[in-house]
Amino acid sequence: MSVLFPEEAKAAIECLLFVAVKPLSIAELTELVGLPADDVQELLVQLGQEYNRNKHGFHLTRVGNGYRLCTRPEYYPYVEKLNKSGPTGLSAAALETLAIIAYKQPITRGEIELIRGVKVDRLLTNLMERGLIKEVGRKEVPGRPILYGTTEQFLWHFGLRDLAELPELEE
Amino acid sequence: MSYRVKLDAFEGPLDLLLHLIEKEEIDIYDIPIAHITQQYLQYLATMQELDLEVTSDFLVMAATLLEIKARWLLPSPPASGGEENVPPADPREELVERLLEYKRYKEAAEYLRQREEQMRHCVPRPVTDILVADGLNQMPQLQVSLPELIKALRDVLARMNQSEEAMELEREKITVAQKMGEILDQIAINRRGLAFSEFFSPRASKLEVVVTFLALLELIRRRRVVVRQGQLFGPIMVYPV
Repeated sequence: MSVLFPEEAKAAIECLLFVAVKPLSIAELTELVGLPADDVQELLVQLGQEYNRNKHGFHLTRVGNGYRLCTRPEYYPYVEKLNKSGPTGLSAAALETLAIIAYKQPITRGEIELIRGVKVDRLLTNLMERGLIKEVGRKEVPGRPILYGTTEQFLWHFGLRDLAELPELEE
Repeated sequence: MSYRVKLDAFEGPLDLLLHLIEKEEIDIYDIPIAHITQQYLQYLATMQELDLEVTSDFLVMAATLLEIKARWLLPSPPASGGEENVPPADPREELVERLLEYKRYKEAAEYLRQREEQMRHCVPRPVTDILVADGLNQMPQLQVSLPELIKALRDVLARMNQSEEAMELEREKITVAQKMGEILDQIAINRRGLAFSEFFSPRASKLEVVVTFLALLELIRRRRVVVRQGQLFGPIMVYPV
């Protein structure tokens, strides 16, 4: 591929964001368009501004360490009309379990159960299948129980940039 | 019934206790243990009357409450050894700690729920690529039918070194979980995909072949890998997602 002019590079990035099935990181975009990271960053900023200035129906958002296009919340009623059934949210039990893992990772199943006071084995399987948590190792105690942590997908699901964005727990 | 709550709406015994404490406007640091125990047991009785399953977690908590109540009501045994008069530990302390900790995470969960709600209104482009794990509860699309996979497995088994005088080496214990990790590592290095047969070394034991096959199936189910057959009767390829 030949060297891209800035305008072309911007269009190339836009096109990649359009087809991407997951948020794209600066590193990934850098490799894909063959420009230094600073330039990619600058072009992303420009794209974001253009979408805002021209009041497009979608905008550029950052989740985890990636960027992606998504619809503007104010037009959600129209999206809802198109997609009769939106995605259902996670259950209260799933959210509680995720909250504990997010704040206390790496954490074992037993430790989660101690806090919640209920069994969570089926929930953990479910959250693993949804890609929201993953096994991150084993605790070096008898029985070497599995340690769990949250994934990049967890950040995407809740629109978080990183775990530091979670509010402090009340003391 | 003295009170009406949406039965079955609690995430567990701690959740129920918190609800009772809030409803009665009780100071969490000074729980009237007899009263709250009675309320709690009443709730369990109601559940049973309605034929709702009272899970063991709820019963364990009931026992805990009764024990705390007993210790609370009984005079504490005189301190042995003539030590300084140490005030006896409050038997409610541990329960209060647990309730407070649980409450913190319940609040954190509420924060996550709000974030999720906001995100729901910010919709990314629908994924058209079936090879992508999008976290929705749809079944993974098998690009290769199960019979074809089984046939590939049979080929592998047929190729295996089946000579009688094969040395019995010490059997290595290998778990499906370990094998899944190995497969993911192999695939991470070969992002262009690997042939199905490459996961089976010709010298593998039958057990290892079976474990490998199960690991692959599990990875397909979890949408961590995808298998495709380029052309009819061509090699089955395994790709990272």
